[in-house]
Amino acid sequence: MANLKDIRRRIKSVNNTAQITKAMQMVAAAKMKKAQDQALAGREYADKLNLVLTNLKSNMEGLSHPYLEVREEGKHLVLVISTDKGLCGGINTNLLKKVRAEITDAAEYSTVGKKLKEQLVKTDETIVEDFTLDDPIPFDEVKPIAKHLTDQYLSGTYNKVSVCFTNFVSTLVQEPHVSQLLPVDPSKLAEKRDYEGVGKGNVGETDTAAALEKEYTFEPDANSVLSALLPQYITFQIYQMVVEARASEHSARMVAMKAATDNANDLAKDLKLEYNKLRQAAITAELLEITTAMKALE
Amino acid sequence: MIKLDIVTPEKKVFSGEVADVYLPTETGEIGVLETHTAMVTPLIPGELRYAKDGKVHALAIGTGFAEVDQISISVLTDMAVSAEEVDEVQAEEDKKAAEKALESLDHNDDAEEIAQLQASIGKSIAQIQLKRR
Repeated sequence: MANLKDIRRRIKSVNNTAQITKAMQMVAAAKMKKAQDQALAGREYADKLNLVLTNLKSNMEGLSHPYLEVREEGKHLVLVISTDKGLCGGINTNLLKKVRAEITDAAEYSTVGKKLKEQLVKTDETIVEDFTLDDPIPFDEVKPIAKHLTDQYLSGTYNKVSVCFTNFVSTLVQEPHVSQLLPVDPSKLAEKRDYEGVGKGNVGETDTAAALEKEYTFEPDANSVLSALLPQYITFQIYQMVVEARASEHSARMVAMKAATDNANDLAKDLKLEYNKLRQAAITAELLEITTAMKALE
Repeated sequence: MIKLDIVTPEKKVFSGEVADVYLPTETGEIGVLETHTAMVTPLIPGELRYAKDGKVHALAIGTGFAEVDQISISVLTDMAVSAEEVDEVQAEEDKKAAEKALESLDHNDDAEEIAQLQASIGKSIAQIQLKRR
């Protein structure tokens, strides 16, 4: 049976923990709001981009671009977007599981975020490049990542580039997701990701009818529009994915910290009860001793 | 009047009815008025001007593209800042850094890298010019 002093010490430490997790929860909540807003702000851009791409797609025959070429030779390059810090529930573990399940061919990795980089290094995977991103993520910081991926692809070493990230569905649900970045699949071009995550955060067709209603002239011509557009499309895709991943991270952390705070408070309550019981027992015992002693003296 | 939307991945910079819009493109500046034919064109870093309520406003924009139809025009770009928002010192520094990087490259380096650096220089110049006007 624990003595009073031990219990008092435990209560104190549990309360301290609760205080810390509570603080982390609040910080995560604030950051979550920002990250979610950022993920939503990209939607306007995405919609417009999709509209143009859908239209371009219908004129696609005869258009060529290195990003569209499907090659046989080469390895698979995978960009894994994880978090820098832990204490954010299972999102990194789930993402790693997804990576293991989906990436079965000979692949090499580039990473954003320390957590899964460490894991991949442990299992002797080849890490090509590692990136760190500020919080909130400035658009310009995504450009080096896009450049790295496209350069590697164009160099011929790799014939496929995929991105693994945690798609933000809602504050409570985040889904690990693998999507192919390069070569760009024209049939999947302009598919819309469900940013708000109604449903399962899956992709669906853009409103093609509305897009095709307008017959655009491409200035100077469709091919140069395509070659100007595709790199921007790639960069934007990556941006959207890291922003999604960031929103997921903060949401997961907030939820995890809320659970931790609740648990700590429950534990503190139980300990307090036990402490009071013991204290009462001790007082009773003491009183008994005194009364017995008095009785003996009479 | 034509509806103008200027969007970057990070935010919506401008949305509203304007009288005309001038866009920097590879083949030179183009002006867009109401009932312009539907068109898509890439944009290069430079100055975008639009007239609203009789006043001309100017923004420094980065690379991107514009989607035009009869009643509206959407500008998608990676940067759009007004003169008040431009940090001239920063722009100057960026320009120098990009120029230095460009010099260190020789002609064998891939065209994309060069194009990217040139775009970055263009962005800085667009900002500086806008500020100094």
